[in-house]
Amino acid sequence: MSALTTQPGAGTLPLAPTRQGPWRALSTGLYRRPALALLLLLVPPLLWFGVVYLGSLLALVWQSVYTFDDFTMAVTPELTWANYLALLDAANLDVVLRTVGMAAAVTVACAVLAFPIAYYMARYATGGLKGFLYVAVMLPMWASYIVKAYAWTVILAKGGVIHWFLGKLGLLGALEWVLALPVVGGTSLSTSNLGRFLVFTYVWLPYMILPTQAAIERVPQNLLAASADLGARPHQTFRAVLMPLAFPGVVAGSIFTFSLTLGDYIIPQLVGPPGLFVGSMVSTLQGSVGNVPMAAAFTLVPIVIVSLYLAAARRLGAFDAL
Amino acid sequence: MRSSAPADGPRAPWWLAAMAWGGLLFLHFPIAVVALYAFNTEESAFSFPPKGFTLRWFAAAAARQDVLAAIGLSARVALLATLGALLLGTLAALALARRPFPGKDAVTLVFILPIALPGIITGIALLSAFRLGEVTPGFWTIAIGHATFCVVVVYNNVVARLRRLPHSLVEASMDLGADTFQTFRRVVLPQLGTALLAGGILAFGLSFDEIIVTTFTAGHEKTLPLWLLNQLGRPRDVPVTNVVALTVMLVTAAPIVAAWWLTRGTEDVAGASK
Repeated sequence: MSALTTQPGAGTLPLAPTRQGPWRALSTGLYRRPALALLLLLVPPLLWFGVVYLGSLLALVWQSVYTFDDFTMAVTPELTWANYLALLDAANLDVVLRTVGMAAAVTVACAVLAFPIAYYMARYATGGLKGFLYVAVMLPMWASYIVKAYAWTVILAKGGVIHWFLGKLGLLGALEWVLALPVVGGTSLSTSNLGRFLVFTYVWLPYMILPTQAAIERVPQNLLAASADLGARPHQTFRAVLMPLAFPGVVAGSIFTFSLTLGDYIIPQLVGPPGLFVGSMVSTLQGSVGNVPMAAAFTLVPIVIVSLYLAAARRLGAFDAL
Repeated sequence: MRSSAPADGPRAPWWLAAMAWGGLLFLHFPIAVVALYAFNTEESAFSFPPKGFTLRWFAAAAARQDVLAAIGLSARVALLATLGALLLGTLAALALARRPFPGKDAVTLVFILPIALPGIITGIALLSAFRLGEVTPGFWTIAIGHATFCVVVVYNNVVARLRRLPHSLVEASMDLGADTFQTFRRVVLPQLGTALLAGGILAFGLSFDEIIVTTFTAGHEKTLPLWLLNQLGRPRDVPVTNVVALTVMLVTAAPIVAAWWLTRGTEDVAGASK
């Protein structure tokens, strides 16, 4: 049926003369063997990904069981589990916990900040305003990562915008008090966990807004109306109807915020206290230390954590919300 | 009639509107700060508010050879990576858009993996593979790494468009005597036009801005983001850094809006996920 209706102008198009020759034969041959056609289409990308990407990944994982000699600083292809056992050292566990803790905190903060924006975009914005809001989220999302990180070093610096603003409000005392707190505090805003947390939350927030917004948009309006008709107060409708239906979208967004924070090593380098992150640990190990086997073992930490997270997200229905 | 349509445009409660606009303000605040500081007269541009405004740092930055070299390198890498991603991503999308086949999910996963796994893993894996193959890191290794993670953005755009393209058009074309290649060139390709353009723009933006994978694959080369990262340790050079930061921001953000414009009105909007 649709073939008759979708192409109104088809009758006026000049028909290409039916070709003969090798192209035609090739085309007919491929048409008769769809499996071969599929294979030919897939060979270049699969070859690229198989050789360049998966090959590299496997080579990396393989090197994680090589031996690194601390004295000669040389890597020898003697197989050992020592690198994996070393992951369980207190110092290394510390790095993993610090990173996962930050990723979890950033994810929660992004979810809380993103929800009202997403809800407003999905429910109350129409027409031109909707387009405007969409661009307003996409613009900071795609604006250069390193420039955004740089902007925050400027903002958080002593004498920067935040200090000036808090000074005008007479709240510098409050800042001192916050910075004196354990865990979140530090000697200054730009060397505190609070500062690092702010930057991470800022950089990954758009990745939470967009999937959440899409999920809220898919919640049928009449379910919310029905809930209200049946006597639920707005907060009850929110908790019992909207939240369960929109939650997969939040989980989908959290995949980005969590795994992006987990693997980042530029922001921890620029803002926050000195303790290493998984990313900076890997980078230091392979760069200045030259211990590629240990670095390779360390990369399995985010791979395993992200895989577990993805498996959990899948059970919560996040993949349908992507 | 009109009064009975409350579904269209209820007003948001003031606190929700305030939270939403507040969040958007937060998203744009650092961008505004970068834009402001690029015109700052002071040499140590961390102090706020700025004492005065000038355009002279733009001239200073434009005269710097290292800046121009970094911009040139980033542009060439992004161009090459985009071309590679367009080719591979389109082929992958044509293969995966319609027919199910055994192992399809696994193949899809492989294309998404470079984005799903933290960039540092891609970077370090490529570096160790280049070392094993005794390839000296440089222009080509950067471009290879970038093309790998750019494939998925082209793939996403093209596959979304292909799934909306009614298959009856292809059937009609072939019924009228066109072969597979003619159908692709005359029917499918014109429909893919804006999806390819949007995907290409996104891939270019992604590559131009990439830093995590690049730190591992660049060797001694300095792409623009690497140059910027290096600049952060040089407080005396702050004015030039500010100007370049603003330029990078405009170069990466403006095309994204264009890509959004091109795919607007369709259900899968380009750039909605990196």
